[in-house]
Amino acid sequence: MMQWRGGALMLGAALVAVSVGAQAQSGGDTIKKIEEYRQALADGNPADLWEARGEDLWKQKRGPKNVSLERCDLGKGPGVVKGAYAELPRYFADADRVMDLESRLLHCMTTQQGMTRAEALKVPFGDGEKRSDMEALSAYVAGESRGVKMNVSQAHAKERQAYALGQKLFYYRGGPHDFACATCHGEANKRIRLQDLPNLTETKDAQKAYTTWPAYRVSQGELRTMQWRLNDCFRQQRFPFLEFGSDTSVALLTFLARNANGAEFNAPAIKR
Amino acid sequence: MADPMRIRAKMEGDKTVVRVLMSHEMETGQRKDSAGKTIPAMFIQEVTATCNGKTVLSAQWGTSISKNPYLQFAFSGAKAGDKVVVSWVDSKGDKRTDEAAIAA
Repeated sequence: MMQWRGGALMLGAALVAVSVGAQAQSGGDTIKKIEEYRQALADGNPADLWEARGEDLWKQKRGPKNVSLERCDLGKGPGVVKGAYAELPRYFADADRVMDLESRLLHCMTTQQGMTRAEALKVPFGDGEKRSDMEALSAYVAGESRGVKMNVSQAHAKERQAYALGQKLFYYRGGPHDFACATCHGEANKRIRLQDLPNLTETKDAQKAYTTWPAYRVSQGELRTMQWRLNDCFRQQRFPFLEFGSDTSVALLTFLARNANGAEFNAPAIKR
Repeated sequence: MADPMRIRAKMEGDKTVVRVLMSHEMETGQRKDSAGKTIPAMFIQEVTATCNGKTVLSAQWGTSISKNPYLQFAFSGAKAGDKVVVSWVDSKGDKRTDEAAIAA
């Protein structure tokens, strides 16, 4: 009896060893092929269409006050778009809080253009014919930071506070699955189906991940932003719904953006 | 009214390479909405490109083309500064025409 058991165990171990080896090899090939596919796609990235629409929206007189966003201060002075995204999130004295791009846009739309929060956020995330102005504007502003090095500040006390909170959130386990961001993004070589999961605790992966969002998601036919990314991660974690532009979202973004410091920004990109 | 296309045209040797991005839903007629009703097909049916009044590309498209299609093609006989005009007509009769000058 004992002998038979031992034999079965041995056989089991051998099988595992073989299948792991085969998987690692074909996995490497697949990853390379997917990388090639992505490069082939990058030339005709439909994110361009969102950037163009966003630029239009930025310059258009909109809202009850009928003004454009060209006086909106994204941190580098009113109307300065070039390089702004690479320094966000940051502390804004006029709102006395740290803001990411999208909460800042929301701030400008409500304070300068006179929209209500509900109006400005009518379609936070687009879906086919229901197009999101927020996503288009984000694509445009982010695109104006292409080639700029990430440089997120920690000079203000509230910026340090946001980072610390973001870090805490990243490792915080909760929800019905007892999941943290770090459960999926705290170890190297993890993946969901064919998607490699970046290990966000490591500088190289953290930089690559952050500098390639916003991105056009081929599988959805939509351009997605960081607020969407976090929102969908929270959904997958079965966490409570992440409020758009909330302090929670901004704190996590501060943590992620700051960890990407020094890398060249290169988005809107294209993803599966 | 459909969004404008993004057209880039460039001389590469004696050939002109044109890259076009179109903004279109390209509904196949196979999808269902959240209520279970079929979403009617609506797709770009005809694509034409002209340069100096001559047709350089003419295509008939169907539902197998992706959403927000990207089209790249090359032709000869043009020079930098010439205009490439691209138009499409979809199955609902909606149309769009845009142009771009050929870069050196």
